Amino acid sequence: MTEHHIKLPDGSIEKTTTTLNLGPTHPATHGVFQNILELDGERIVSAEQTVGYIHRAFEKIAERRPLYQITPLTDRLNYCSAPINNLGWHLTCEKLLGIKTPKRVDYLRVIIMELARISDHLICNSIVGVDAGAYTGFLYVMQYRELIYEIYEEICGARLTTNIGRIGGFERNFNDIVFQKLEKFLREYPGVLKEFQNLFERNRIFMERTMGTGAISAERALNYGFTGPNLRAAGVDYDVRIQTPYSSYEDFDFIIPIGTTGDNYDRWLVRNQEMWQSLRLIEQAYQKVQEFKGAEAEVYHADVPEYYLPPKEDVYTKMEAMIWHFKIVYGEVNMPAGEVYFSVEGANGELGFYLISDGGRAPYRLHFRRPCFIYYQAYEELTKGSMLSDAIITMSSLNLIAGEMDA
Amino acid sequence: MLTNDLVKQKLIGKFPKEVTNFGEPYGMLTFEAPKELNLKVLNFLYDDELLKFRFLTDLCAVHYPDQKGRELAVVYHLHNLQDNIRVCFKVLTDINQPDIYTATGLFSSANWMERETYDFFGVNFVGHPNLKRILNVDEMDYFPLRKEYPLEDQVRIDKDDQMFGRG
Repeated sequence: MTEHHIKLPDGSIEKTTTTLNLGPTHPATHGVFQNILELDGERIVSAEQTVGYIHRAFEKIAERRPLYQITPLTDRLNYCSAPINNLGWHLTCEKLLGIKTPKRVDYLRVIIMELARISDHLICNSIVGVDAGAYTGFLYVMQYRELIYEIYEEICGARLTTNIGRIGGFERNFNDIVFQKLEKFLREYPGVLKEFQNLFERNRIFMERTMGTGAISAERALNYGFTGPNLRAAGVDYDVRIQTPYSSYEDFDFIIPIGTTGDNYDRWLVRNQEMWQSLRLIEQAYQKVQEFKGAEAEVYHADVPEYYLPPKEDVYTKMEAMIWHFKIVYGEVNMPAGEVYFSVEGANGELGFYLISDGGRAPYRLHFRRPCFIYYQAYEELTKGSMLSDAIITMSSLNLIAGEMDA
Repeated sequence: MLTNDLVKQKLIGKFPKEVTNFGEPYGMLTFEAPKELNLKVLNFLYDDELLKFRFLTDLCAVHYPDQKGRELAVVYHLHNLQDNIRVCFKVLTDINQPDIYTATGLFSSANWMERETYDFFGVNFVGHPNLKRILNVDEMDYFPLRKEYPLEDQVRIDKDDQMFGRG
């Protein structure tokens, strides 16, 4: 016979567990999504997720927009690494339209995409640190994310929602300041990353907080549709950059770091190693970019007048440029009918675009494969039976981005 | 080494009449099956020793209002990670009776993707453990990505601009 200290009113149903609403605007959730947790003491019995708080109907809106106007929508998916989304979208359009980009464009894109990957992993890994109680790393690396954002700013004028690049290339050539800042980044960042790594990698508290929590086996991870660092932490070496290289990734020498246990610690390690690999990629790409001489060094877009806006001074002075300008801006350029699925390795997984065109000016249907929408459903399985405080680290180490999840 | 042709041969061998409309847009093998057979085909693709399509990359639907009796297409993108081959598998259904067997038994990842597809197109996944709306509000009584719901007219003038901060 158990004795109750709390006397419940007559007729009320006895409940030995507590329901906790974690979110939608809880400071520990890093984004607008809700977890309804059933807690037994501090242990999680069950978790139900609610998503969709910032659903903005991008797939519907895209059905009326010409291709180049969809780029700003993709910014707002994973806003921690918007350039990867933008360039992934351009690569999808280029696949549909059959555009071949020059090598220099590919290399410049690799630089930008890898910078974006670094800034995304920096945020994710440092936030995992914050949730484990270590604020230092987070503050320390922010300067270098700032430097990455300054590089974006030099290229496209924006920092967060970048709208970088155009179909066929970039909107303008990279100026000297970009390369100066890039050199500064390549010079200073390895030291910073080393320091950041030292703060956590063998830190006893951090290791004990993260090892063994939020673990998933490779088999379950695949069944749950995990991709990106989360899948690799479980030991599956699947990376879109290697499996189906795009933007000339096949020209580079890099490795895919993998983990073994699929827990929070391995996810952290995999992301950290990926930053080193991204640095290698940027160095190689920058070297390759410098090898272009003369007229080749000025190439920053493919010759596709149907989709690439001519320079403004030509629009006023050259007949042909003016015609193309009007055709593009007034949306008179139809795209070929067809169906294409294209994916890039986003910072948190395989970011796919399924584009169906019926030959009109706007897509007939566009579907985004958003990696974190797919793997967030594993959250209950990852956290069941664990402590509430571990569940919070698990949430941040999955790298969930609300904007991407809700599209 | 697995190729698109081999996958096609295997499928024709197993489902000689049922699997139809083979195509290869942009290198991706695409095919279609009657909706009653979707699980049989998915299971075959999953279990076959050679095919091993064990990763569900994407699941979504497309609405074709002009195809009478086959208005809704449910599209599965499957990936064989070992041989690195992707296929695109479609099932078409009547919009008035959009019942399709759920793939959640095979892929845990299908759970939310099917909920999303239900949410936007009203495809009823028979046997789904928790088929309710996911991104839209629960009270919504229509399926917004169907083509009969047009986007707002861009030149409408009956709106009070002041309400939108551009008065």
